[in-house]
Amino acid sequence: MPMAHDVSISLVSRKKLDHMSSLEKVAFILDEVKQDKILVLEVGLDPKEEASLIERTMREIEPDHFIGIEMESYKDDSPQRILGLLRTRGKGPLIQGRRASMTVVGPADRLRTISKDGNTIQALILGNAHEPDQARDRARPPRRR
Amino acid sequence: MGLVAALKTGGAKWLRRLFGRDHARIGIYGPPNAGKTTLANRIVRDFAGDVMGPASEVPHETRRVRKRANVEVKANGSSLTLDVVDTPGIATKIDFHEFMEVYGMSEEESRRRAKEATEGVIEAIRWLEDVEGVVLVMDANEDPFTQVNVTILGNLEARKKPVIIAANKIDLEGASATSIQNAFPQHPVVPLSALTGYNMDALYDTMIKHFR
Repeated sequence: MPMAHDVSISLVSRKKLDHMSSLEKVAFILDEVKQDKILVLEVGLDPKEEASLIERTMREIEPDHFIGIEMESYKDDSPQRILGLLRTRGKGPLIQGRRASMTVVGPADRLRTISKDGNTIQALILGNAHEPDQARDRARPPRRR
Repeated sequence: MGLVAALKTGGAKWLRRLFGRDHARIGIYGPPNAGKTTLANRIVRDFAGDVMGPASEVPHETRRVRKRANVEVKANGSSLTLDVVDTPGIATKIDFHEFMEVYGMSEEESRRRAKEATEGVIEAIRWLEDVEGVVLVMDANEDPFTQVNVTILGNLEARKKPVIIAANKIDLEGASATSIQNAFPQHPVVPLSALTGYNMDALYDTMIKHFR
Protein backbone atom coordinates (compact mmCIF):
# COMPACT_ATOMS: atom_id res chain seq x y z
CA MET A 1 0.00 0.00 0.00
CA PRO A 2 1.62 3.29 -1.05
CA MET A 3 2.14 6.06 1.50
CA ALA A 4 0.25 9.31 1.00
CA HIS A 5 3.13 10.98 -0.88
CA ASP A 6 4.00 7.99 -3.06
CA VAL A 7 2.73 7.54 -6.57
CA SER A 8 1.68 4.12 -7.73
CA ILE A 9 1.78 3.32 -11.44
CA SER A 10 0.02 0.25 -12.79
CA LEU A 11 0.58 -1.14 -16.27
CA VAL A 12 -2.64 -2.90 -17.24
CA SER A 13 -2.50 -5.56 -19.92
CA ARG A 14 -4.74 -5.89 -22.95
CA LYS A 15 -5.65 -9.38 -21.72
CA LYS A 16 -7.07 -8.05 -18.47
CA LEU A 17 -9.02 -5.29 -20.20
CA ASP A 18 -10.37 -7.57 -22.91
CA HIS A 19 -12.04 -9.67 -20.25
CA MET A 20 -14.00 -6.71 -18.92
CA SER A 21 -17.30 -5.26 -20.11
CA SER A 22 -17.49 -1.52 -20.81
CA LEU A 23 -19.08 -0.90 -17.42
CA GLU A 24 -16.44 -2.97 -15.66
CA LYS A 25 -13.61 -1.12 -17.41
CA VAL A 26 -14.97 2.29 -16.46
CA ALA A 27 -15.56 1.19 -12.87
CA PHE A 28 -12.09 -0.38 -12.63
CA ILE A 29 -10.32 2.71 -13.97
CA LEU A 30 -12.21 5.09 -11.73
CA ASP A 31 -11.76 2.96 -8.62
CA GLU A 32 -8.02 2.75 -9.20
CA VAL A 33 -7.61 6.45 -10.00
CA LYS A 34 -9.57 7.43 -6.90
CA GLN A 35 -6.97 5.49 -4.92
CA ASP A 36 -4.33 7.86 -6.34
CA LYS A 37 -3.04 5.35 -8.86
CA ILE A 38 -1.85 6.21 -12.34
CA LEU A 39 -2.78 3.62 -14.93
CA VAL A 40 -1.08 2.92 -18.22
CA LEU A 41 -3.49 0.83 -20.25
CA GLU A 42 -2.03 -1.32 -22.99
CA VAL A 43 -5.26 -0.74 -24.88
CA GLY A 44 -7.68 2.04 -24.11
CA LEU A 45 -11.37 2.75 -24.40
CA ASP A 46 -13.64 3.31 -27.36
CA PRO A 47 -15.21 6.79 -27.67
CA LYS A 48 -18.48 5.80 -25.97
CA GLU A 49 -16.56 4.25 -23.07
CA GLU A 50 -14.49 7.44 -22.81
CA ALA A 51 -17.68 9.52 -22.64
CA SER A 52 -19.04 7.12 -20.03
CA LEU A 53 -15.83 7.48 -18.00
CA ILE A 54 -16.10 11.28 -18.12
CA GLU A 55 -19.76 11.13 -17.13
CA ARG A 56 -19.09 8.83 -14.19
CA THR A 57 -16.08 10.92 -13.15
CA MET A 58 -18.33 13.97 -12.95
CA ARG A 59 -20.73 12.07 -10.70
CA GLU A 60 -17.93 11.08 -8.33
CA ILE A 61 -16.13 14.39 -7.99
CA GLU A 62 -15.78 15.33 -4.35
CA PRO A 63 -14.40 18.88 -4.18
CA ASP A 64 -12.02 18.25 -1.27
CA HIS A 65 -10.83 14.78 -2.28
CA PHE A 66 -11.26 14.03 -5.96
CA ILE A 67 -11.30 16.72 -8.66
CA GLY A 68 -11.43 14.43 -11.68
CA ILE A 69 -9.12 12.63 -14.05
CA GLU A 70 -6.33 13.42 -16.49
CA MET A 71 -6.38 11.10 -19.49
CA GLU A 72 -4.42 10.94 -22.72
CA SER A 73 -4.37 8.29 -25.38
CA TYR A 74 -3.55 7.44 -28.95
CA LYS A 75 -6.07 6.15 -31.41
CA ASP A 76 -5.16 2.92 -33.10
CA ASP A 77 -4.23 3.80 -36.70
CA SER A 78 -5.24 0.43 -38.05
CA PRO A 79 -8.88 0.54 -39.15
CA GLN A 80 -11.22 -2.09 -37.77
CA ARG A 81 -13.20 -2.21 -40.97
CA ILE A 82 -12.14 -1.81 -44.57
CA LEU A 83 -15.25 0.32 -45.19
CA GLY A 84 -14.18 2.64 -42.44
CA LEU A 85 -10.88 3.19 -44.23
CA LEU A 86 -12.55 3.72 -47.59
CA ARG A 87 -14.91 6.32 -46.17
CA THR A 88 -12.01 8.57 -45.25
CA ARG A 89 -11.11 8.94 -48.95
CA GLY A 90 -7.49 9.49 -48.09
CA LYS A 91 -8.26 12.53 -45.93
CA GLY A 92 -7.10 10.99 -42.70
CA PRO A 93 -8.37 8.24 -40.45
CA LEU A 94 -11.72 8.67 -38.78
CA ILE A 95 -11.70 8.11 -35.04
CA GLN A 96 -15.13 6.44 -35.34
CA GLY A 97 -15.80 3.70 -32.82
CA ARG A 98 -12.16 2.80 -32.73
CA ARG A 99 -10.78 2.34 -29.28
CA ALA A 100 -7.64 4.04 -28.15
CA SER A 101 -4.35 2.21 -28.03
CA MET A 102 -1.98 3.07 -25.19
CA THR A 103 -3.74 5.29 -22.64
CA VAL A 104 -2.51 7.07 -19.54
CA VAL A 105 -5.09 7.98 -16.92
CA GLY A 106 -4.68 9.28 -13.39
CA PRO A 107 -6.05 11.64 -10.79
CA ALA A 108 -6.11 15.22 -12.11
CA ASP A 109 -4.32 16.61 -9.07
CA ARG A 110 -1.42 14.17 -9.52
CA LEU A 111 -1.02 13.86 -13.28
CA ARG A 112 -0.61 16.66 -15.78
CA THR A 113 -0.11 16.30 -19.52
CA ILE A 114 2.70 18.55 -20.73
CA SER A 115 2.63 17.75 -24.40
CA LYS A 116 1.29 15.22 -26.83
CA ASP A 117 2.02 14.55 -30.47
CA GLY A 118 1.59 11.61 -32.80
CA ASN A 119 4.30 9.60 -31.07
CA THR A 120 4.84 10.81 -27.53
CA ILE A 121 2.73 11.70 -24.52
CA GLN A 122 4.79 13.68 -22.03
CA ALA A 123 3.26 13.94 -18.58
CA LEU A 124 4.27 15.29 -15.21
CA ILE A 125 3.52 13.32 -12.08
CA LEU A 126 2.86 15.76 -9.28
CA GLY A 127 4.29 14.36 -6.09
CA ASN A 128 3.95 15.39 -2.49
CA ALA A 129 0.31 14.96 -1.61
CA HIS A 130 1.14 16.61 1.72
CA GLU A 131 1.22 19.94 -0.06
CA PRO A 132 -1.95 19.87 -2.11
CA ASP A 133 -1.90 23.60 -2.83
CA GLN A 134 1.47 23.34 -4.58
CA ALA A 135 0.33 20.33 -6.55
CA ARG A 136 -2.83 22.18 -7.54
CA ASP A 137 -0.90 25.26 -8.64
CA ARG A 138 1.20 23.13 -10.95
CA ALA A 139 -1.85 21.27 -12.26
CA ARG A 140 -3.80 24.44 -13.01
CA PRO A 141 -3.87 25.75 -16.58
CA PRO A 142 -2.77 29.33 -17.23
CA ARG A 143 -5.53 31.93 -17.44
CA ARG A 144 -6.53 32.90 -20.96
CA ARG A 145 -9.22 35.00 -22.59
CA MET B 1 -43.36 0.31 -35.07
CA GLY B 2 -46.21 -0.34 -37.49
CA LEU B 3 -45.65 -0.86 -41.19
CA VAL B 4 -47.22 2.49 -42.16
CA ALA B 5 -45.14 4.36 -39.58
CA ALA B 6 -42.00 2.55 -40.74
CA LEU B 7 -42.73 3.47 -44.35
CA LYS B 8 -43.29 7.09 -43.35
CA THR B 9 -40.03 7.23 -41.42
CA GLY B 10 -38.12 5.48 -44.19
CA GLY B 11 -39.71 7.70 -46.82
CA ALA B 12 -38.83 10.84 -44.89
CA LYS B 13 -35.22 9.70 -44.60
CA TRP B 14 -35.09 8.93 -48.32
CA LEU B 15 -36.50 12.33 -49.21
CA ARG B 16 -34.01 14.02 -46.86
CA ARG B 17 -31.17 12.20 -48.56
CA LEU B 18 -32.48 13.23 -51.98
CA PHE B 19 -33.28 16.87 -51.31
CA GLY B 20 -31.44 17.59 -48.07
CA ARG B 21 -33.01 18.64 -44.81
CA ASP B 22 -34.32 22.15 -44.26
CA HIS B 23 -34.35 21.96 -40.46
CA ALA B 24 -31.65 20.60 -38.13
CA ARG B 25 -30.92 20.50 -34.41
CA ILE B 26 -27.31 21.60 -34.01
CA GLY B 27 -25.23 21.32 -30.86
CA ILE B 28 -22.44 23.76 -30.03
CA TYR B 29 -19.83 21.64 -28.25
CA GLY B 30 -16.30 22.01 -26.96
CA PRO B 31 -14.09 22.31 -23.92
CA PRO B 32 -14.66 25.09 -21.35
CA ASN B 33 -13.68 28.60 -22.45
CA ALA B 34 -13.46 27.77 -26.15
CA GLY B 35 -16.14 30.38 -26.89
CA LYS B 36 -19.22 28.19 -27.37
CA THR B 37 -21.75 30.65 -25.94
CA THR B 38 -20.10 33.59 -27.70
CA LEU B 39 -20.51 31.67 -30.97
CA ALA B 40 -24.10 30.65 -30.18
CA ASN B 41 -24.89 34.28 -29.32
CA ARG B 42 -23.29 35.44 -32.57
CA ILE B 43 -25.37 33.01 -34.66
CA VAL B 44 -28.62 33.86 -32.90
CA ARG B 45 -27.90 37.61 -32.95
CA ASP B 46 -27.09 37.58 -36.67
CA PHE B 47 -30.32 35.86 -37.64
CA ALA B 48 -32.82 36.35 -34.80
CA GLY B 49 -31.66 39.59 -33.19
CA ASP B 50 -31.26 38.37 -29.59
CA VAL B 51 -28.78 36.23 -27.63
CA MET B 52 -28.79 32.85 -25.89
CA GLY B 53 -27.03 33.61 -22.63
CA PRO B 54 -24.15 35.33 -20.86
CA ALA B 55 -20.56 34.54 -21.86
CA SER B 56 -17.64 34.97 -19.49
CA GLU B 57 -13.90 34.45 -19.24
CA VAL B 58 -14.54 32.32 -16.16
CA PRO B 59 -14.73 28.65 -17.18
CA HIS B 60 -18.07 26.83 -16.89
CA GLU B 61 -20.17 29.97 -17.24
CA THR B 62 -22.72 27.85 -19.13
CA ARG B 63 -23.77 25.06 -16.79
CA ARG B 64 -27.11 24.08 -18.30
CA VAL B 65 -27.99 23.32 -21.90
CA ARG B 66 -29.69 26.25 -23.60
CA LYS B 67 -31.86 25.93 -26.68
CA ARG B 68 -33.04 28.41 -29.27
CA ALA B 69 -35.49 27.09 -31.85
CA ASN B 70 -36.06 28.13 -35.44
CA VAL B 71 -33.04 30.25 -36.26
CA GLU B 72 -33.02 30.62 -40.04
CA VAL B 73 -29.42 30.80 -41.19
CA LYS B 74 -28.85 32.23 -44.68
CA ALA B 75 -25.75 32.32 -46.88
CA ASN B 76 -25.14 32.61 -50.61
CA GLY B 77 -28.82 32.39 -51.47
CA SER B 78 -29.45 29.23 -49.44
CA SER B 79 -30.97 28.82 -46.01
CA LEU B 80 -31.33 26.27 -43.25
CA THR B 81 -33.48 26.52 -40.14
CA LEU B 82 -31.62 25.52 -37.00
CA ASP B 83 -32.53 24.65 -33.46
CA VAL B 84 -29.33 25.81 -31.75
CA VAL B 85 -28.31 23.90 -28.62
CA ASP B 86 -25.58 25.62 -26.59
CA THR B 87 -23.95 23.07 -24.28
CA PRO B 88 -21.78 23.35 -21.14
CA GLY B 89 -18.07 22.77 -21.70
CA ILE B 90 -16.95 19.17 -21.46
CA ALA B 91 -14.06 18.55 -19.08
CA THR B 92 -12.48 15.60 -17.28
CA LYS B 93 -11.75 17.60 -14.12
CA ILE B 94 -13.31 20.48 -12.19
CA ASP B 95 -11.52 22.09 -9.26
CA PHE B 96 -13.45 24.69 -7.27
CA HIS B 97 -10.15 26.16 -6.03
CA GLU B 98 -9.52 27.52 -9.53
CA PHE B 99 -12.64 29.72 -9.33
CA MET B 100 -11.49 31.06 -5.95
CA GLU B 101 -7.81 31.58 -6.59
CA VAL B 102 -7.74 32.55 -10.25
CA TYR B 103 -11.07 34.32 -10.59
CA GLY B 104 -11.58 35.66 -7.06
CA MET B 105 -14.91 34.01 -6.30
CA SER B 106 -16.04 33.21 -2.78
CA GLU B 107 -15.63 29.63 -1.57
CA GLU B 108 -19.39 29.10 -1.42
CA GLU B 109 -19.89 30.43 -4.92
CA SER B 110 -16.95 28.39 -6.23
CA ARG B 111 -18.20 25.15 -4.73
CA ARG B 112 -21.67 25.75 -6.13
CA ARG B 113 -20.26 26.57 -9.56
CA ALA B 114 -18.13 23.41 -9.55
CA LYS B 115 -21.09 21.27 -8.54
CA GLU B 116 -23.29 22.76 -11.26
CA ALA B 117 -20.45 22.38 -13.77
CA THR B 118 -20.22 18.62 -13.14
CA GLU B 119 -23.96 18.35 -13.80
CA GLY B 120 -23.52 20.44 -16.95
CA VAL B 121 -20.86 18.09 -18.33
CA ILE B 122 -23.17 15.13 -17.82
CA GLU B 123 -26.04 16.95 -19.53
CA ALA B 124 -23.82 17.91 -22.48
CA ILE B 125 -22.71 14.30 -22.97
CA ARG B 126 -26.32 13.10 -22.83
CA TRP B 127 -27.28 15.58 -25.55
CA LEU B 128 -24.85 13.98 -28.00
CA GLU B 129 -27.63 11.49 -28.76
CA ASP B 130 -30.20 14.17 -29.52
CA VAL B 131 -28.40 16.58 -31.84
CA GLU B 132 -28.29 16.02 -35.59
CA GLY B 133 -25.01 17.83 -36.20
CA VAL B 134 -22.35 19.61 -34.17
CA VAL B 135 -20.21 22.69 -34.36
CA LEU B 136 -17.18 21.73 -32.28
CA VAL B 137 -15.56 24.90 -30.98
CA MET B 138 -11.80 24.85 -30.39
CA ASP B 139 -9.55 27.66 -29.24
CA ALA B 140 -7.12 28.30 -32.12
CA ASN B 141 -4.48 29.30 -29.58
CA GLU B 142 -4.49 25.93 -27.83
CA ASP B 143 -3.22 22.46 -28.65
CA PRO B 144 -6.25 20.87 -30.35
CA PHE B 145 -5.23 17.27 -29.77
CA THR B 146 -6.78 17.00 -26.32
CA GLN B 147 -8.64 14.07 -24.88
CA VAL B 148 -11.88 16.05 -24.68
CA ASN B 149 -11.75 17.00 -28.38
CA VAL B 150 -10.84 13.45 -29.40
CA THR B 151 -13.61 11.99 -27.23
CA ILE B 152 -16.26 14.36 -28.61
CA LEU B 153 -15.20 13.71 -32.21
CA GLY B 154 -15.00 9.95 -31.66
CA ASN B 155 -18.52 9.89 -30.26
CA LEU B 156 -19.91 11.93 -33.15
CA GLU B 157 -18.13 9.83 -35.76
CA ALA B 158 -19.38 6.64 -34.10
CA ARG B 159 -22.92 8.04 -34.35
CA LYS B 160 -22.26 9.22 -37.94
CA LYS B 161 -23.22 12.82 -37.15
CA PRO B 162 -21.80 15.67 -39.24
CA VAL B 163 -19.26 17.93 -37.55
CA ILE B 164 -17.81 21.34 -38.36
CA ILE B 165 -14.83 22.51 -36.34
CA ALA B 166 -14.87 26.23 -35.52
CA ALA B 167 -11.26 27.38 -34.96
CA ASN B 168 -12.27 30.23 -32.67
CA LYS B 169 -10.34 33.24 -31.29
CA ILE B 170 -8.44 33.49 -34.57
CA ASP B 171 -8.25 37.26 -33.94
CA LEU B 172 -5.73 36.75 -31.13
CA GLU B 173 -2.06 37.19 -31.93
CA GLY B 174 -0.39 33.85 -32.59
CA ALA B 175 -3.65 32.00 -33.26
CA SER B 176 -3.60 29.45 -36.06
CA ALA B 177 -6.11 27.03 -37.52
CA THR B 178 -3.35 24.97 -39.13
CA SER B 179 -2.70 22.74 -36.15
CA ILE B 180 -6.44 22.00 -35.91
CA GLN B 181 -6.62 21.21 -39.62
CA ASN B 182 -3.60 18.93 -39.30
CA ALA B 183 -5.00 17.16 -36.23
CA PHE B 184 -8.47 16.54 -37.69
CA PRO B 185 -8.21 16.65 -41.50
CA GLN B 186 -11.35 14.55 -41.90
CA HIS B 187 -13.62 17.44 -40.83
CA PRO B 188 -14.17 20.94 -42.25
CA VAL B 189 -12.35 23.56 -40.17
CA VAL B 190 -13.47 27.21 -40.28
CA PRO B 191 -11.14 29.81 -38.74
CA LEU B 192 -13.25 32.53 -37.14
CA SER B 193 -13.70 34.94 -34.30
CA ALA B 194 -17.08 34.65 -32.62
CA LEU B 195 -16.23 37.78 -30.65
CA THR B 196 -15.53 40.06 -33.62
CA GLY B 197 -17.64 38.23 -36.19
CA TYR B 198 -14.65 37.57 -38.45
CA ASN B 199 -15.35 34.90 -41.09
CA MET B 200 -18.81 34.03 -39.74
CA ASP B 201 -20.16 34.03 -43.31
CA ALA B 202 -17.84 31.13 -44.09
CA LEU B 203 -19.23 29.25 -41.10
CA TYR B 204 -22.83 29.85 -42.19
CA ASP B 205 -22.05 28.71 -45.72
CA THR B 206 -20.35 25.56 -44.40
CA MET B 207 -23.23 24.87 -41.99
CA ILE B 208 -25.82 25.02 -44.76
CA LYS B 209 -23.79 22.72 -47.00
CA HIS B 210 -22.78 20.31 -44.28
CA PHE B 211 -25.91 20.02 -42.13
CA ARG B 212 -28.50 19.81 -44.93
